Amino acid sequence: MSLDTVAIAKANPETTQPFAELGLKPDEYASIKEILGRRPTSSELAMYSVMWSEHCSYKSSKVHLKQFGEKAVKTNALLVGIGENAGVVDVGQGYAVTFKIESHNHPSFIEPYQGAATGVGGIVRDILTMGARPIAVMDPLRFGPADAADTRRVLPGIIAGVGGYGNCLGLPNIGGEVVFDETYLGNPLVNALCIGVMKHSDIKLAKAAGAGNLVVLYGAKTGGDGIGGVSVLASETFESKGPAKRPAVQVGDPFVEKVLIECSLEIFAEDLVVGIQDLGGAGLSCATSELASGGSGGMKVQLDKVPLRDPSLSPEEILMSESQERMCAIVEPSKIARFLEICEKWDVTVTVIGEVTDGNHLEITWNGELIVDVPPRTVAHDGPVYQRPFAKPAYIDQVAQEVINVPIPTTPDEIKSTVLKLAATPNLADKSWVTDQYDRYVQGNSIQSQPDDSGMVRIDEKTHLGVAVATDANANWSYLNPYEGAKLALAEAARNIATAGAKPLAVTNCLNFGSPEDPGVMWQFAESVRGLADGCLEMGLPVTGGNVSFYNQTGAVAILPTPVIGVLGVIDDVRTRTPMSFDRAGLDLYLLGETANDLAGSEWAYMHKQRGGVAPIADLQREMRLIDLLVAGRTKKIFTAAHDLSQGGLAATLTEMVLRYNTGATIQLENVGLSLLSETPGRVVVAIDPAQAAALSQEAAAQRIVLTKIGITGGDALVINGASIGLNELRRAHTETFPKLFG
Amino acid sequence: MKIGVVTFPGTLDDRDAARAVRHAGGEAVSLWHNDAELHGVDAVILPGGFSYGDYLRCGAISRFSPVMEPIIDAANGGMPLLGICNGFQVLAEAHLIPGALTRNHELHFLCRDQKLTIENTNTAWTSSFTQGQEILIPLKNGEGAYMCDDETLAMLEDEGRIIARYVGENPNGSRNLIAGITNERGNVVGLMPHPEHAIDSLTGPSADGLAFFTSVLKAMVK
Repeated sequence: MSLDTVAIAKANPETTQPFAELGLKPDEYASIKEILGRRPTSSELAMYSVMWSEHCSYKSSKVHLKQFGEKAVKTNALLVGIGENAGVVDVGQGYAVTFKIESHNHPSFIEPYQGAATGVGGIVRDILTMGARPIAVMDPLRFGPADAADTRRVLPGIIAGVGGYGNCLGLPNIGGEVVFDETYLGNPLVNALCIGVMKHSDIKLAKAAGAGNLVVLYGAKTGGDGIGGVSVLASETFESKGPAKRPAVQVGDPFVEKVLIECSLEIFAEDLVVGIQDLGGAGLSCATSELASGGSGGMKVQLDKVPLRDPSLSPEEILMSESQERMCAIVEPSKIARFLEICEKWDVTVTVIGEVTDGNHLEITWNGELIVDVPPRTVAHDGPVYQRPFAKPAYIDQVAQEVINVPIPTTPDEIKSTVLKLAATPNLADKSWVTDQYDRYVQGNSIQSQPDDSGMVRIDEKTHLGVAVATDANANWSYLNPYEGAKLALAEAARNIATAGAKPLAVTNCLNFGSPEDPGVMWQFAESVRGLADGCLEMGLPVTGGNVSFYNQTGAVAILPTPVIGVLGVIDDVRTRTPMSFDRAGLDLYLLGETANDLAGSEWAYMHKQRGGVAPIADLQREMRLIDLLVAGRTKKIFTAAHDLSQGGLAATLTEMVLRYNTGATIQLENVGLSLLSETPGRVVVAIDPAQAAALSQEAAAQRIVLTKIGITGGDALVINGASIGLNELRRAHTETFPKLFG
Repeated sequence: MKIGVVTFPGTLDDRDAARAVRHAGGEAVSLWHNDAELHGVDAVILPGGFSYGDYLRCGAISRFSPVMEPIIDAANGGMPLLGICNGFQVLAEAHLIPGALTRNHELHFLCRDQKLTIENTNTAWTSSFTQGQEILIPLKNGEGAYMCDDETLAMLEDEGRIIARYVGENPNGSRNLIAGITNERGNVVGLMPHPEHAIDSLTGPSADGLAFFTSVLKAMVK
């Protein structure tokens, strides 16, 4: 292929260009021509096509996402907000914590192991780029039916990929979700969250400031993997026919990333960079244009200096390559010698590829010929913005009319079989088969991990300061009512932090939806964003960043609207956390919060193939009072244990509690069937020493939270209204499901 | 008492091992793979991780790191040396102990709290335990199945060189449930599970692992 230069583009304005194959629409191509005043060179076209893709430009979601900024609460806790690689939150004692969640859904369907592995790798680099040491990862995952043939192909590969990459990086995996639903068949969701910690003074930003400073590429060499991954893969609906897309999936090497992390942290510690950006989606196109537009505005890059794994790559391919484990730093000339020295110590390939300039030109040359000359802002930030039409889909009002009709157990035999069925159903069954493939111990600071309500890590060994993170989505509720569903997911994640006694501080999100070109899906998205923004405003929690994944649909079937919400909390002393369960007899068990008839969207309804009904309405004021009660219960040492109620209701919560430390309980419930199965939000089971009863009553009254004594701990069975389920039998039901399906 | 903790590229549990040494009352000294110098340490730990990405075979490249030369010399002279997980694999590759570690029989990475019995309390790293003591520490690896020929296995059994065995179901397919072994002299120990992740019950399943580190401090005082 002959080289297409700026001079040639000017001289031959009418050359036909393959913009459609690169995923650009005719009007988008026209506006590129308008920006440049000429046709783009093939390299420029490559850059615009990847940067203006849905994945990079958020062109369909931008108009909605701005609510997160407009409705934001004023808080001093937010040190860096939306727009940078990841938001940064002040957690006290001079520490800052950064956390973010991203999707890697489409690559993981095509190539489960590498798709999931590079999903972890990408989010870890985002966190590293902020100047932070990555300290933990979490992975909310969603699959088609557990017994579907394709789930057997996809799930083991994804689990092995998450583990293979994260384990090799030395990052404890402290939680996540594994959820099954028909709509995820062909559209598995792989969301990856990473948490990092640093001192306030160490925060780094993606900006190329200071003319004359050097543009330095370091890490892995650039290869042909992941070319066009962004535009071709992430922004196009899967069709049953068409060429295999495997070559567009990146291939990761966690060893290279581990070395890159340690090398980068040493470089940061010596304050050797002005700005930094990782190379993820859209590779060098993204890094150069974002760094330049975030800084002085101009940059000159000699693309032929980029070290290559495959010397036959064309400049267009180099610009689009999504080869993993690469970083781009802006370094003052006086500091470059030390920078190179540290890279040499870690055996990391490093190359000066350009320099920062004044003005408004990102100029890229190939063996001396100018092949790119663009205003970097137009590539990085001035992409198209769509006001996609949206309209409430017809199903919403239809399903709201449906009445849930499921068997409600009353006799001891019915109660027993119901509890055992719930314990064994794939969505509620023990996930050890999955989580045992992840290292939860490395770094030696893991306080909580699966199956606890939240993951918790210590960040200071002397003061015992820690952070907790939980991710949640309830797609069944979001399907019935996306606005309330998003709020309820936020409330649940916050509650999952608070059961351990941590105080919620900030929110991240990963919004997984079908095609934005479907007005009904767009409405689900718009409603979810509105719900989350309203919810965050009401709860006083800032949104620090997030990710949108559209086009999760096969043909006309979209996934359930799945806004995964991550909440970060802080705990001043991890030693005082409230555990999720009890290990001794003689404790009193109480239910905090009232139970209503909330079977719509419940696991029990799903198990009976009923998707209709009316979702609960989130009462965030009550949720906040409950959180205050849970935090007070820890600090005042009232609770021995606390565990959230969510999918599977009280039946699932009690199952998890008695099995955790192999200590039974005897429970007496009014209206037993509904009490066990309803999924009314805003409820928690706590265990207390009987001596704490008065203190609990006082706190609950102060927060106006309804308190019901439901039983006592002890024995080797879970006994509910006379139905006795031996712990061994319950454990077998709970733990056999995954090994049977996937072992 | 100074205990060196080696960092190879891809080592992960080096900071955990150093923390365990400090908890036991020792001084942890960081040793770099590319520096053929022991900096006056009295004992060395090869920690867990994926050194060199487990390329070729686990431990096969690290075994040739410059720092390994003085370590092997010192170990042959009686210096206490503990290889944990990937460190155990390095010891096997360096032929400081017999046998090899191969892929777990279920073919995937396994992380769980594992019960062990301590079967030899005469080594530099196990003297703080009692014979037959049952302990609970994390096991986490993809290639932890201990393999050797029948003759070697008989020798290890006869000479009491199996220092720890898995209790209950075999987690990874190791021959004779072997979790750890020692060399003839008892100064070099290879252990697949991770005692450095069990130094307090806040961050680990127990504090049982600490005794490996107090053992070596005691051994060095003698």
